[in-house]
Amino acid sequence: MEIDWARFTPWQALAGGLLIGTAASILWLRNRRIAGVSGILGAMLERGGLHSWRVAFVAGLVLAPLVFQPLLSRIPLSAPRMPGGEGTTLFLQLLAGGFLVGLGTRIGGGCTSGSRRVRTGPAVPRSLVAVPVFMATGFLTVFLWRLAGGLGA
Amino acid sequence: MNAIASAFLAGLLFGLGLIVSAMTDPSKVIAFLDLTGSWDPSLALVMGGAIVASWIGIRLGDQQAARPAGAHDVTPEGRGAPTLSPERADGDVPRSGIIDRQLLAGSALFGIGWGVTGFCPGPMVTGLGLGFWPAGVAALTMLIGLRVGTRFTSAPTSG
Repeated sequence: MEIDWARFTPWQALAGGLLIGTAASILWLRNRRIAGVSGILGAMLERGGLHSWRVAFVAGLVLAPLVFQPLLSRIPLSAPRMPGGEGTTLFLQLLAGGFLVGLGTRIGGGCTSGSRRVRTGPAVPRSLVAVPVFMATGFLTVFLWRLAGGLGA
Repeated sequence: MNAIASAFLAGLLFGLGLIVSAMTDPSKVIAFLDLTGSWDPSLALVMGGAIVASWIGIRLGDQQAARPAGAHDVTPEGRGAPTLSPERADGDVPRSGIIDRQLLAGSALFGIGWGVTGFCPGPMVTGLGLGFWPAGVAALTMLIGLRVGTRFTSAPTSG
């Protein structure tokens, strides 16, 4: 393993993480809700699940880039980019991967934000199992991807 | 601050955090998962920061709940419930502490999808606001996946 010091952005990562955690704290303290994006989206798709607080949270997620544009333009951020494939390969990859993300988080009961948020109550052992499991399959998937030559340098 | 305003603010800050930490950039996430390539440990620090800040929220919430009855905020949907309880299983609150096949299989599938795309659900949604088209494509099938996944969950969800 070799750390890519050029790409490593410790301060921005830490600041972003603190912001995400602060957002989760606000939702917990003011709404008594968990800021788990997959859980919120999944619940919105169920009959009668389109509560206004869920719509407001998702609207905030979508509008964040526009609302904070003046601030974000001052931070050195590289434009988001897809590694590996292009064209049809990339398209199929996104369709299949997106489906697995939705299916997996619904069956498993949470994505990254939900899992790392839930450190209290009866869901603790679940999160302590879920995080290592999806980390492991995530690492394995990318390892196989690299092995197959799909990822460049 | 009412329940809608606080949820909106939480969404905004969550999205800002994802952009600032570059978690909206799949190449950044893949660079973390790519242990045998040139490894970018940033994602670990994002998780660390999020755990610390949300842990503070949980502590404050416990204090809030410990106050005498009537002293804590009553919102239309959350009536100062002290901790997560299986009774409030209304879709977005984890149902129980049970570790079952669903948890293992679901987490494993999520990890594969995460590795294939470099996207988890939050960045897909904020990616829409960034006008990053791959986020839109992945979000579309993610929503289908969420819908299909409901059939495999053991406890039926209300709400």
